[in-house]
Amino acid sequence: MLHGFLPLLLAGTWVTIKLAVAALILGLLLGITGASMKLSNSRIARSIARVLTSVVRGVPELLVLFLVYFGGTIVLSKLFGKYIAVSSFIAGVSALALIFGAYATETFRGAYLAIPTGQFQAAAAYGFYGLKRLRRIILPQVWRHALPGLGNLWFVLLKDTALVSLIGLTDLMRATQNATAFTKQPFTFFGACALIYLLLTSLSMIGQKYISKRVSRHIRVEG
Amino acid sequence: MGYIALNQSSMVLTAKHIKKDFAGINVLRDVSLSARSGDVIALLGQSGSGKSTLLRCLNFLTMPDAGEIALEGNAISIETRKDGHLKRGSKQAIQELRTHAVMVFQQFNLWPHLTVLENVMEAPLYVLKRPKDEVRQEAQALLEQVGLSDKHHQYPSMLSGGQQQRAAIARALAMKPKVILFDEPTSALDPEMVGEVLQVMKELAKLGMTMIIATHEMGFAKEVATQVIFLDKGEIVEQGDPQTVFNTPKSQRFAQFIGAVID
Repeated sequence: MLHGFLPLLLAGTWVTIKLAVAALILGLLLGITGASMKLSNSRIARSIARVLTSVVRGVPELLVLFLVYFGGTIVLSKLFGKYIAVSSFIAGVSALALIFGAYATETFRGAYLAIPTGQFQAAAAYGFYGLKRLRRIILPQVWRHALPGLGNLWFVLLKDTALVSLIGLTDLMRATQNATAFTKQPFTFFGACALIYLLLTSLSMIGQKYISKRVSRHIRVEG
Repeated sequence: MGYIALNQSSMVLTAKHIKKDFAGINVLRDVSLSARSGDVIALLGQSGSGKSTLLRCLNFLTMPDAGEIALEGNAISIETRKDGHLKRGSKQAIQELRTHAVMVFQQFNLWPHLTVLENVMEAPLYVLKRPKDEVRQEAQALLEQVGLSDKHHQYPSMLSGGQQQRAAIARALAMKPKVILFDEPTSALDPEMVGEVLQVMKELAKLGMTMIIATHEMGFAKEVATQVIFLDKGEIVEQGDPQTVFNTPKSQRFAQFIGAVID
């Protein structure tokens, strides 16, 4: 099937999935951190978060990837006084996570602001504060408001992984290009590639529906 | 002197000379009150009279500008840093106070992501760090006490307003508080649900729970309160036991107020 290129495509798909999931986890952490900084009392924390999210959101995603990949090598080499190459997988994950995190910062911030003030008062009145308040009372409510936005960001992230084919990582996109170059059958392989991406996004949609049901199980459905 | 010492030992919560301004308006001007063990204090007054603000000052949800709050005779010392934030010790003192002087809110403010039972267990488990089995048994008993034993696993959004407020009272009781502060507990309820919440509160009063209640329910104040405090424009203008103040009000303003309510 597919002139024997199927295993190659599947290997590429696996790389794509690994990239996307790793960037998602790191990106969610960055997003929560970024939102906490933007909402904090410290002016320094707010400024840092504002500058970082503005820069990352303000330049092309490809440029972020190149800056992390090539810039990372230069910075690390300078720092340690010898040549250190950033692996393209780590650079890819970091760049994608930065992009995801910058947008997720706004999503989390909006979701936090959507929580009624009564919830914060009740938390305070019953002795919840700091991290305990965040973990037990606030975050569980943030997820519900943030989920639709995060779902969108995940779709963008999943497709942005194709950018890493430009820094030498054999993801699904790169594997497809290799197969096309060898067989001279672009339509077959780009079509197969599109189907695989569609399969991944369809599975994601099912997953999103399931998670969204779980985090809104306390909401009464009218009628 | 012996008598005074005895009186002070039964003092649960006292507030002295509380002042609070909001944007230049004197919401509270030098208000004092004291709740002895078993007292039910009804804070009356029109909207904007300062009764809710006073109640919120008692557990520092609103920070008073001046004055002193004491729990069982021990004043909560409040110190601020140069940047206006509270010092660490003051924060801890306030958090400690709040576990003894818990609040029931007008809008209930139950945690929507937790079931009724989990709402009641949450703070005893994660703030007081008490053992889970014990907390669960107590929570179940409390839900029975407020008439919600069949609602353990429902979420707040599935309950009526009256049921939510009763769950919120169970959540308050689960802290084993020394005093419960009620911030207009029936004002957000449909009329037919007011009774069931007041009934639960009456039973608490009978059991000797110390309560301070900002309310518009005159009948309840007359019947259940041991002390009535009427606030007007941030000042106490009438104070005393319900029989006396309702039958022979000393101030013109309170006489007008109860006249207006009766009409």
